[in-house]
Amino acid sequence: MSLIVVENLVKTFKVAQRQPGLWGAVRGLIHRQHRTVHALDGISFAIEPGELVGYIGPNGAGKSTTVKILSGILVPNSGVCTVNGRVPWKHRIAHVQRLGVVFGQRTQLWWDLPVIESFDLLAAIYRVPPADYRRNRAEMVDLLDLAPLLDTPVRQLSLGQRMRCDLAAALLHRPDVLFLDEPTIGLDAVSKLAVRRFIKELNRRQGVTVILTTHDMDDIEALCSRVMVIGQGKILSDGSLEALRRSVTSERWLIVDLANDGDGVSDPDALVIEHTGRRVELSFDPQHISPAELIARVTAKHAIRDLFVQNPPIEKIIARLYGRLESSNQS
Amino acid sequence: MLNAMRLYGKYVGVSIRGQMQYRASYLLQLVNHLVLTATEILAIWALFARFGSLRGWSLAEVALFYGLVNLVFSITETSMRGFDICERLVKAGDFDRILLRPRTTVLQLMGYEVRLTRLGRTLQAVMVLTWAITSLNLAWTIDRIGLFLAAVIGGVCLFNGIFLLQATMTFWTIETLELMSIITNGSVETAQVPMAIYQPWFRRFFTYVVPLGCVSYFPVVGVLGRPDPLGSTPLFQWLSPLAGVIFMLLALQAWRVGVRHYTSTGS
Repeated sequence: MSLIVVENLVKTFKVAQRQPGLWGAVRGLIHRQHRTVHALDGISFAIEPGELVGYIGPNGAGKSTTVKILSGILVPNSGVCTVNGRVPWKHRIAHVQRLGVVFGQRTQLWWDLPVIESFDLLAAIYRVPPADYRRNRAEMVDLLDLAPLLDTPVRQLSLGQRMRCDLAAALLHRPDVLFLDEPTIGLDAVSKLAVRRFIKELNRRQGVTVILTTHDMDDIEALCSRVMVIGQGKILSDGSLEALRRSVTSERWLIVDLANDGDGVSDPDALVIEHTGRRVELSFDPQHISPAELIARVTAKHAIRDLFVQNPPIEKIIARLYGRLESSNQS
Repeated sequence: MLNAMRLYGKYVGVSIRGQMQYRASYLLQLVNHLVLTATEILAIWALFARFGSLRGWSLAEVALFYGLVNLVFSITETSMRGFDICERLVKAGDFDRILLRPRTTVLQLMGYEVRLTRLGRTLQAVMVLTWAITSLNLAWTIDRIGLFLAAVIGGVCLFNGIFLLQATMTFWTIETLELMSIITNGSVETAQVPMAIYQPWFRRFFTYVVPLGCVSYFPVVGVLGRPDPLGSTPLFQWLSPLAGVIFMLLALQAWRVGVRHYTSTGS
């Protein structure tokens, strides 16, 4: 059986509707009108132990609602949800004992205390036996290079340092499942790489199942073998990054570096999407014209210094997917 | 249970070390509390210096009421701070973190921020109680000590219950908080003097709705060993602190309903 099973999960919120003007405010006191928002509109998926799954979607799509339900801090209206065979909100304490959660925007460490004291307290909260605690902590300190930070009060850490400490804090009790909510938000390039390397290593070494929500597609490309896309409370796509790409568009890009200034490239079967300096970016449909033929035509007509073919960046793909969602919503 | 108490001890340690990071601010707050409560005592003393007694109650007797309720309230304030700031936690989303940890919400909130500055009030209450006890010249029999302890325990339970209810309400609305703090602070003010001096409707409210009289007035009258102008019997005086315990148990149930409401609305 899968580690995480979600079937037909529905969650609606009642949002109080405010009437405009003073009269509306007075009426609101007596009779408040509610609008029902479908945060989750019947989503289903299953996750196997050891998977590293990216969970993406535009703001307000239902990502955090899903993660909150999986964490046991929100109860759905209907549907099935089990983690490790447990219903999260019914067995909250047993469930969170095996769960780690990291919020990129918020720390779970004690602000005024040295990092090590937060670790000690968390070990006590999670009832980690002292020997296991020492071993797990040593491993985290080693993997995340925390030794120089342990005695520093949390409020004095940089964002990147804090994130590394938060990752360690969420793993001291060796959870089976780890939820990462935008773990690289606001980090510099070096810290981002360190966090990604750690997540990958953790997943490989300990087999921790990871669900990662992010807006940074580099996180997804670097880490996730599987991506789930949610939009307006529904799962839009679930599979490998490649499959997602194919389902959205088959187009490819030809990037051309021209030899001379002032030259341009045009072709009836390709679309110029960008032209800056000597670089021209063309998009084309390989089912319509083969890359070889397009390259042959372009090189025959222009003096070329360099050229290469690539897939459209994943951001563009995702943006297109979200865009479709909005236009289908308007019609 | 044992493990929970050990963890609570750890929380206290963490709170103290956290506050010690700001030593000067801590000392100032402590002094502030001491001065504030000292003025209160002075006001009561001035009252007695002018009128001699309060409707037949001597200063030492009133000091016993005063000391008891302040002791009880300061203990509650020190240990229930997390419930006091529950509104802030809910608004900032920090309550989610509480739910993400494998411990009861009550234990985690009790340990959230143990405030040592409130010990100023405890210290002052102990001083007043010591003075009252020495001036009253009571024979401290097992009965008297037992009844007094029952009042302390019942009182701590009652105030814990009030804090719990106040925190519970934040799951629905924040507009009622002013009302709740009137009840909290009003309770302390009310119980600082013998309840017999108040109007009947007021006494009834603080006996049957918020059973404040049951954890202060009635048992203290029993401790003083004087006939109650309100006519309570010794048996009633002994049983009345239980009302504080019952109040807290009901408040705990309300708290559970509140947490369930929070997890179904997420706000």
